Amino acid sequence: MAEHIEWVALSVFIFFFALVTVMGFLAARWKSGPVKEHLDEWGLGGRQFGTWITWFLVGGDFYTAYTVIAVPALVYAVGAYGFFALPYTIIVYPFVFAIMPVLWKQAHANGHVTAADVVHGTYNSRGLELAVAITGMVATMPYIALQLIGMGVVIKAMGLTGEIPIVAAFVILALYTYNSGLRAPALIAFVKDIMIYIVVLVAVVIVPARLGGYGAVFSAANDAFTAKGGDTGLILKPSQMLAYATLALGSALAAFMYPHTLTGIFASKSADTIRKNAILLPAYTLLLGLIALLGYMAYAANIKVSSPNDVVPLLFKALFPSWFAGFAFSAIAIGALVPAAVMSIGAANLFTRNVWKSYVDPGISHAGEAAVAKIASLVVKLGALAFILFLPTQYALDLQLLGGLWILQTLPALVFGLFTRWFRAEGLLLGWAVGIGWGSWTAWSNGLKPLATIDLGGASYTFYVGLGALLLNIAVAAIVTVIVGLISRDRRGATAPS
Amino acid sequence: MWILLMLPFVGLLWVPFYNFAEPSLFGFPFFYWYQLAWVPVSSFLIWLVYRSRAPDETP
Repeated sequence: MAEHIEWVALSVFIFFFALVTVMGFLAARWKSGPVKEHLDEWGLGGRQFGTWITWFLVGGDFYTAYTVIAVPALVYAVGAYGFFALPYTIIVYPFVFAIMPVLWKQAHANGHVTAADVVHGTYNSRGLELAVAITGMVATMPYIALQLIGMGVVIKAMGLTGEIPIVAAFVILALYTYNSGLRAPALIAFVKDIMIYIVVLVAVVIVPARLGGYGAVFSAANDAFTAKGGDTGLILKPSQMLAYATLALGSALAAFMYPHTLTGIFASKSADTIRKNAILLPAYTLLLGLIALLGYMAYAANIKVSSPNDVVPLLFKALFPSWFAGFAFSAIAIGALVPAAVMSIGAANLFTRNVWKSYVDPGISHAGEAAVAKIASLVVKLGALAFILFLPTQYALDLQLLGGLWILQTLPALVFGLFTRWFRAEGLLLGWAVGIGWGSWTAWSNGLKPLATIDLGGASYTFYVGLGALLLNIAVAAIVTVIVGLISRDRRGATAPS
Repeated sequence: MWILLMLPFVGLLWVPFYNFAEPSLFGFPFFYWYQLAWVPVSSFLIWLVYRSRAPDETP
């Protein structure tokens, strides 16, 4: 598809890319405190973001380029099953509303910057802290890589080939993140989100109008799935229902365990900011539901693709004038920059606070923390770039789901402690290890698919591995907590009389 | 009031309840418009709970 360069689209793209680059560097002065001298400034934007900034930041950070490319790609490939992203991004908000203000208060009262800080503050366990920190960093890496894939797809659609454009884009991103910290993606998120809203609103009105309405869109997709057969269709096969529900639930529970989403939470001004956002952020979910339908519109528009990831770019190129396609591609590419920046900041905060400070330099100053975090953010981005350049990229969604499986295993350690101190650090650590071990092994032996099947009483059930691993994780944590409790009581009982 | 927060989980995770093509609305099969409808409904439910709760001790 990359035979010739689309000059009009490319010019629009370069204009917007240059605009956000300038904004990224200038952001250092926005609502500025002393950016270099404290990790709260570089890594959390000064902990001062109110309702609207948080709405744009978390919206820009959670609904990523992956959303715009991979969700329609999956819906195009398999139909209804790909829609699990919709229930996922609805049920996440009651969870955010109930849990995240409590977490924010804990973090704010103690000056915590990361999830692992909170865990260490609660359990005083270096082992558990390290487990949460490493999981966060490792799970973030493929997620950043995914953003690069999203950016690569639209760059390719404009006729640019090779890896140099994407490397260049990433170097620019790395530099302004280094310079401005969380303020850069927070400011750029305004541009990105407004652009995405425009693109999607235009697409969901214009495209069906040109293709004969939504009825025609769904019926074209239905015909295609009927011809294709297998586990595809406009509604779920009975065997897919449990997988659909468990993927939605597991993804929703995992979503705000990631360093990048938690960074948005910790950077908020107040607990109330988070509550209001739980009410307002679903606006993005509506957008996501409409974006997912682009996968069906591709059938109505007779788009033929070699890889499902090309569905959205090819649809836009086929139906929009070149300048608007360029605008849409810029929106997607900038949609990759915002989360990639926040992800690298979240991972850098983890490295600084929970690896460097805990093991290398416990006496580090605030300015020293900020300096280490800035370097770490560069290293994280290089790691993600290497991920993309040297590993196969066609399993973008599955890789992200594998990261989701890992990060989900940190939920008991992070969330349970907010409400009860019953669980012991030893139990939570072992539960984490068992959850990660069983989940990864199961996903690996199924060919890196996030689904597992068990046979019970003659019927077989297919479900999301991450959720199964979480249940196992909690069970192990509870059992070990009871056992360690009994052992330590025996020991105390034996020594107490003397 | 907090029980309202459970409703989206029940409504969306019990898939057999909505896994149908009919009745369709504006060309959208039931499976799609039902789930999309849960977006504003969930926002509204969370808002109800938000309204009913005691404000934070310190602003």
